[in-house]
Amino acid sequence: MKKLFPWLLTGALALWVLAGMMPPKDPGAFHSLDFARLPVVANGRLQPIDSVARNSLLIMRTRRSVSFEETGADGQKHRRRLAAIDWLMELMMKPKVADTRPVFRIDHPQLKDLLGLPGDEKAHYFSWKELEPKLAALDREARRAMDIDAKKRSRFENAAVHLHQALILYQRLKNTLVPEEVHDFAADLEALQEAAGPGLKAFAASHGSRDFDQQALQKLALILRRYESSARMAYPLMIPPADPQKDPEGWKTVGDAVLEPVRAAITRLSAGDTNAVPERLEWQPQLLLFARMASAYRNGDAGAFNAALDEYRQWLDANMPAAVAKGRHEHLYNHWELFYRATVIYVLAFLFGCLTWFADKSFRTFNLAALLLLALGLAAHSGGMFFRMALENRPPVTNLYSSAVFVGWGSVVLGLLLELKFRNSVGVVMAAAVGFVTQIIAFNLSESGDTMEMMRAVLDSNFWLATHVVTITIGYSAMFVAGALAILYVVRGVFTRSLDPRTRRNTESMVYGIICFATLFSFVGTILGGIWADQSWGRFWGWDPKENGALLIVLWCAVILHARWAGLVKGPGLMALAIGGNIVTSFSWFGVNMLGIGLHSYGFMDSAFRWLVMFVASQLVLIALALLPTRYWASYRTGETDPPLRTPRPAPSPAKG
Amino acid sequence: MDAKSIVRALGSLRLTLVLLILAAVLVFVGTMAQVKLGIHAAQVRYFQSLFVYAELGGGLRVPVLPGGYLIGGLMVINLICAYATRIHRPRGRWGLLLVHAGLLMLLLGQFVTDLLQVESTMRLKEGQRLNYSQSSRKFELALIDLSDPDKDRVVAIPESVLQRQQVIRVPETPFTLRVLAYWPNSRPVQGGSDGRAPEVTQGQGRQFRFQPAPRTTRTDRRDIPTAYVEVLVEGEPIGTWCASGWYEAPDRLSHGGREYALWMRPARYYKPYYLKLIDFSHDRYLGTNIPKNFSSLVRIQNPQTGEDREVLIYMNHPLRYGGETYYQSGYDENDPTVTILQVVRNPGWLTPYVACLIVGIGMCMQFAGHLRRLFSRKQEVA
Repeated sequence: MKKLFPWLLTGALALWVLAGMMPPKDPGAFHSLDFARLPVVANGRLQPIDSVARNSLLIMRTRRSVSFEETGADGQKHRRRLAAIDWLMELMMKPKVADTRPVFRIDHPQLKDLLGLPGDEKAHYFSWKELEPKLAALDREARRAMDIDAKKRSRFENAAVHLHQALILYQRLKNTLVPEEVHDFAADLEALQEAAGPGLKAFAASHGSRDFDQQALQKLALILRRYESSARMAYPLMIPPADPQKDPEGWKTVGDAVLEPVRAAITRLSAGDTNAVPERLEWQPQLLLFARMASAYRNGDAGAFNAALDEYRQWLDANMPAAVAKGRHEHLYNHWELFYRATVIYVLAFLFGCLTWFADKSFRTFNLAALLLLALGLAAHSGGMFFRMALENRPPVTNLYSSAVFVGWGSVVLGLLLELKFRNSVGVVMAAAVGFVTQIIAFNLSESGDTMEMMRAVLDSNFWLATHVVTITIGYSAMFVAGALAILYVVRGVFTRSLDPRTRRNTESMVYGIICFATLFSFVGTILGGIWADQSWGRFWGWDPKENGALLIVLWCAVILHARWAGLVKGPGLMALAIGGNIVTSFSWFGVNMLGIGLHSYGFMDSAFRWLVMFVASQLVLIALALLPTRYWASYRTGETDPPLRTPRPAPSPAKG
Repeated sequence: MDAKSIVRALGSLRLTLVLLILAAVLVFVGTMAQVKLGIHAAQVRYFQSLFVYAELGGGLRVPVLPGGYLIGGLMVINLICAYATRIHRPRGRWGLLLVHAGLLMLLLGQFVTDLLQVESTMRLKEGQRLNYSQSSRKFELALIDLSDPDKDRVVAIPESVLQRQQVIRVPETPFTLRVLAYWPNSRPVQGGSDGRAPEVTQGQGRQFRFQPAPRTTRTDRRDIPTAYVEVLVEGEPIGTWCASGWYEAPDRLSHGGREYALWMRPARYYKPYYLKLIDFSHDRYLGTNIPKNFSSLVRIQNPQTGEDREVLIYMNHPLRYGGETYYQSGYDENDPTVTILQVVRNPGWLTPYVACLIVGIGMCMQFAGHLRRLFSRKQEVA
C-alpha cells in the first residue's frame, strides 16, 4: 500500500484534471454552451463570446462566475452559481433580471458609504439595482479622480475610478445586442420596417422642401436614435461580415447592422435620387437570427431560441469555418481551466515535499508522491501554456500575464531536473512554491481583463518575442529558482535541524550552477533586446528603465560569481546574495513598470506596488537571517562544527597568478 | 610600490567586485532618478558623466557617486590589468577570456556610440521630398540668405553657442548678433509685457510674448527655446528680433538689397540625397485604436550616384543608407498621410553584434562545463 500510495494519489488527481476536460453539458433548456462558442470581435481580436463574458466578470467581480443567494420555490434560501455565459445572456437579453445580480465588487468602506450601501463588512458584491440610486454621486467622484495622475490617487479614488469603469463596461454590454429600452427586438425591427417606408418618403419630401409628413419622419427618427446609441455603446462586434470571402474584417455592431439599409437609402436620397425609398428594408439575415434569439430568450421560448441559434451556427460553419474553430478552441481553453488545476496540484506537491524532511521513515514514499505530483502539475501547466500559444499563434510570453505563467513554468522545469538529479526534495519544494506563487500572480494580473490582447505594431514580431523575451524570462525563472533554493537553505538551516552537511553542499552547488545559467540567459536576453531595439528604433541601448532592470540582473549575477571566485562568500553568504537576486529580479520584472516611464511602461499598478514592497521587505528579513552567525542556526547546533565546505575551484585571482 | 604591484592591484578581483556593485547601485539610482528628471537628463547626469553630483544649494556640488564613464573606464582598466597579470596562465578558461574580451568590446563600442551617435527625425507628407532630417531635441538659430532663387545659403547657430556667447559674429553675412536673452524652454503667454522680456522692434515678436519655462523631463515633450537678439551691422543696431521655436514661419530682414530669413528651428542635418514619401499606410486592429502595422513607401533620389529607387520602411525593417539608418517611428494623429521616420547615424552600430556573439560563445563554453558537472556529479544523497 505504501508503495502504491504516490501512484494512486497522482492518478486520482490526474482523473480530476481529465474530468475537467470532459465536454460540458448544457445545464438548461437554452443551449447556452453553443451560444458561448459563438465568435465575436472584441479588443481587436476574434474570440468566443464566452471569453468576453469571463473577462468582463473578472473586471467587475474578480471572479469568473456569479454566485448569490436566491429564495427558491420552497421559500428556502439557497446559493446559486451562474456561469459567466449565462450571466452575459441575461444581461444582453433580459437586462431587468441581470440588474438584480450582484456582479460589482466593492470593498472600500468609504465607497460603500458614498453609494449608500450597507456597511456590513461581509457584503462585497452588489447589483446594478442597488447602485443605481447613487450613480450621480459616484460619477462625480470618479470624474474628479480621473483628472488626478494615477500615481497620486488615494485608494478611495482608485476604487471609484475602477467601479466607474466597471459600470461603463456593464452598460456597454447591456446595449450590445438589444438597445436597453427595447422590450422585444424582433417586434421592434418590425416596427422599424413599418415606419421606414413613410418616414423615408417624408425625408425625401423634406429634402426637396415640399410638404412632408412630419409625424412619419419623427416616428422613424425615434427608432433610429435607439440604434444609433446602441451602435456607439456596443462592446463586442456581434454581427459577422455579410460576405466573409470578400470582406473578412467586416464585423459590425448590431446597431450598425440595423441602420445599414436605412443609411444607404438616406445617402442616396440626400444625393437627389428620389426613387431610393426601398419597398422593404433588407437586413443581413444573421442580424434577424440574433433578433429571433433575443426575443425568444426574453419570452422564455427555449425551442425558438435554440432553432435560431442552430440556424446561425450552420451559416457560420458553412461560411466562416476558421472563426468557428477559433471560438470553439478558445472556449475549450476557458473551460479546461488548466492553470487553476495546476495550481492546486502544486500546493499538494509542496506539502508532500516538506513532509519528507520530517518523516524520515517515509522519505521515499513522500518524495515520490511530491515528484509525481509536480510532474502532473507541470503537465497541466504546460498544457495550458501551449494551448494558449496555439490560440494566439505566438511565443509563450506576450505580456506581463503570460510572463508570470512562463516564469513559473521555467522554474518548475528546472526544479524537476534538480529533483531528478538529487532526490532530496529541495528541487520539488522550491519548484512547487515558485509554480504556485507565479500562478497566483498571473491570476491577479488577469483581473484587468483580456490577457490575449493584440500586440502593438512595434512589438509585433514573433522572432524577437521568441528570442529576446523568452530568454529574458528564462533568466527571471533561473534567478527565482536560485533565490527560492537559498530561502529553503536559510529557513531550514536556521529553524530546523534538517539541513545536514550533505544537503548544504548540494544546495550550494545547485545555487551556483543555477546562477551561472541565469547569467547566461539574462546576458544573452538583454543583448538580444538591445539588438531588437537597434533594429526597430536605431539605438542599441537607451537607458530605458526595463533595459536598466535587465542590466541590473546581469550585474548582480556578475557580483555573485566574482564574489564566489574571489573566495569572499561561502554557504550562507552565497545564499544571502542569491536572495538579493529575488529583489533585483522582482524590481526588473515589475518594479520598473511601476515607474510609469519609458517604452516598456504598462501603467501604474497600485495594488501590485504594495505587494512588491512587502515582497522586498520579506526578502530583506531572509537576508538578515542568512547573515546570522552560524552558531544561531539550528542545523549547525547539532554538535558538529562548520562542515568542510567544498572549496570552490581556485579563482583566477591575480594574487595566485 | 613597483609598477607590477600597481598593475596587480588595478587588476584585482576585489576591485572588480567593488566596480560591479557600484555599477549596480548607479544603474538603480539612475533609473529611479528618471522619474523626476526624465530619461534624457538622468542619462546625461548619471551614465554619461565621470561623477554624479549632489546639489547642496548655493551652487555647491559634491560628488556622491562615480558616474558611468568613470566606472566603465575603470572596468576596462581592471579587465586589461587582470589579464596582463595572468597572461602566463594559458591553459583552460578560454571561455572566460572570450567573455571578457567581448565585454571589453561592448564597453568601448558603447562609449564610441555615446560620443558619435546622432539621432534625428524626418517628417514626410505623402508626395513631399526632403534632403534633411531634424533634431528632436536641439534647436538652431538659422540665418538664411534668400537672394539666390535656386539656392538658400544657411548659417546655423547651435543652441550651445547662444547659451555661451553674448555677441556672435555671423560668418558670410554682414551681421553681428547680440543675444539679449536666451531661454532653453519657453511658453507663449497672453497679455502685455511683464518687463522680463527685452523689447522687440521687428518681426512677429511684436505680436507674441513668451516667458521662460522649466526644462521638461518627459520623453514625449521637448523644450522649445526662445531667444531675443539685437542685430547689428558694422556696430550699428538695425533692430531687435524675438526668435522663438514656437513660430511656424521665419522672420524676414533685409539689408543692402538682400533678403534674409531669421528662424529658430529644430536643428537640421542635411544629406546629399532626397527621400520622397510615396505612400504611408497605417492599420489598426478591428474596432480599436491599437496600431497594427505601419509602413512608409519612400523613393531615394541621389543625384550623385544617379540612384532613384523605391524602398519600403516598416516596423523592425529599417532602411540603412548613406551611413544612416531610417526607422518607421511614428505617425501624426491628425494627418493620416504623414509619416515620422527616425534617422540615426551611428558609426559603431556593428560592435554590439560582434561583441555579443563573442560573449555568448564564451559563456556557453564556460557555463556548459559547470552545468554538466552539476548534473553529472555522483549523487550524494541516498
